[in-house]
Amino acid sequence: MREMEPRQHQPSELLHVDSLEKSFGGIRALQGLTFGVPAGAIKAVIGPNGAGKTTLFNLVTGILLPTGGIISLNGETISGRRPQEIARLGVSRTFQNVLLFGRMTVLENVMVGRHTRSQASVLSAGLRLPWMRREELRTRARAMEHLEFVGLADRFQERAGNLPLGEQKLLEVARALATEPKILLLDEPAGGLNTRETERLAELIRRIRGQEITVVLVEHDMNLVMDVSDDIVVISFGQKIAEGKPREIKRHPAVIEAYLGEEGDYANGAGQRV
Amino acid sequence: MSRGNLITLSAVVLLLILFPVLVANVEAISHYLDVMVFVGIFSLITMGLSLLMGYAGQISLGHAAFFGLGAYTSGILCVKVAVSPWLAMVGGTLVTAVVAYGVGVPSLKLKGHYLAMATLGFGVIVNIVFNEEVELTGGPSGLSNIPGLKLFGLPLRGELLFYILVWSMVLLVLIFCLNVIHSRVGRALRSIHDSEVAADAMGVETARYKVMIFVLSAVLASLAGSLYAHYVGFLSPSSFNLLFSIRLVMMVVVGGMHSLWGALLGTWLLTFLGNEWLHVFKDFDILVYGAILLFVVMALPEGLVSVVPRLSHMWRRGRESEGGTGGT
Repeated sequence: MREMEPRQHQPSELLHVDSLEKSFGGIRALQGLTFGVPAGAIKAVIGPNGAGKTTLFNLVTGILLPTGGIISLNGETISGRRPQEIARLGVSRTFQNVLLFGRMTVLENVMVGRHTRSQASVLSAGLRLPWMRREELRTRARAMEHLEFVGLADRFQERAGNLPLGEQKLLEVARALATEPKILLLDEPAGGLNTRETERLAELIRRIRGQEITVVLVEHDMNLVMDVSDDIVVISFGQKIAEGKPREIKRHPAVIEAYLGEEGDYANGAGQRV
Repeated sequence: MSRGNLITLSAVVLLLILFPVLVANVEAISHYLDVMVFVGIFSLITMGLSLLMGYAGQISLGHAAFFGLGAYTSGILCVKVAVSPWLAMVGGTLVTAVVAYGVGVPSLKLKGHYLAMATLGFGVIVNIVFNEEVELTGGPSGLSNIPGLKLFGLPLRGELLFYILVWSMVLLVLIFCLNVIHSRVGRALRSIHDSEVAADAMGVETARYKVMIFVLSAVLASLAGSLYAHYVGFLSPSSFNLLFSIRLVMMVVVGGMHSLWGALLGTWLLTFLGNEWLHVFKDFDILVYGAILLFVVMALPEGLVSVVPRLSHMWRRGRESEGGTGGT
């Protein structure tokens, strides 16, 4: 039976997206998208290219404003707020096409992630007040911990733009973790990674969840998605077509038709990267 | 402060101390001390511009106007209201800060060429005001009889005392700015330059930081303007026109946008070229400027200051291959 009223917000849900709409001119990128992410879960959002996955992330992080619907974090509405506020409230992300601060060092990138967790102003920084120097040391130490967490500690002095793609993706994760988020949105973290790097990524995602950080994963690599996620929501042309456990999604007829190809190519492994 | 900065700073301080001694003993360059005072005054502006352009990635073609606002506020307050010069200087920075904030909030929403055009327009408007408000500014014939500065009752007469005052200020501002760059604030500014979207997502208040650094650079320009007013004693609108704004940007670009040292180097070079070394070319000096700018942009996009690390890199490589370890 179809629910006629908007779904009630579950108390255990950290992120809730309700009837989310986004149009770009005449193009409706998202239409009435509703789903929730339970606290502590790893939830994957999958769908064919152009389904609206990155748009969803841009809406959740406040880079774009929704045309309709509500996004809430812990029951508090975050849609309509500025990206900085949303970041402060505990939403962090990585970017599909890697947006690092390329001319800064690896460590400095992560230190920018600590921005909302430190206070120094122009005046206290310019005058190098003692408390500011202590804060700077703390920021540096915490940033190093995040680099160690993703396994990049030995590259800390490198220019971020000089790292190979795989390490740039890890650095983005470290930078996002440095904001101490409640929820981390990963936009195609495995894109461009080889099999071994992807395996390490899966292990990293589990360790992130182990830190009690909820993870939302947009990903085309089906092995990774099926491997790490607790829950999957499938969108196609801006609408939700299925939601459930990985094994349910694998067999869901609408998913197989819309996403994996009518022949069910996925079963043969040919649909690994759609 | 990093070791490299500390070494460079010590070297600069040493040169600054030796310079007056050298000038006093060599007749041919005795007037260079006067030029160095101007280099110091302009350096205050270009350091702020370097923070704005090289670090935060925002361009301004209106900084001559802030320089002028400081100069004229100081001049007018001293000449027409008989306020003490130091108080007038503070007044100048306050006026400039308010104006810069008013201009910065709407125009920093623009990017690239549009921001350049907006600040350029602002600069032109301010220059028209300097020209037309004859009652206040003296108009095209200028504002004269601006009193000199006094420090602890001692009048700062002569070039040497002013040289010491100006360059002490430059060094203080330089240390302040170096500290800012290597702090949370500096990282935030540089992150805006590299990717504003990512900076937003990390919680950096990008709009606020852009306005703040714009105001800070304007205040530094205003401070320079006040010093200029008291040093020269005479103001005319043509010192604060668009051409000067462009020259300020050029100083920063030629020296190296992404480095405060570059700003100092560029200011030094272009001020000496403009005030001294290009006089032989008469009106054709603009061609030489063009050639210099073209050369730097094409051959050294990171500015003259980038030659230093490149040379030391080559030197190190050369030593390595001599030692037989060169592999590549």
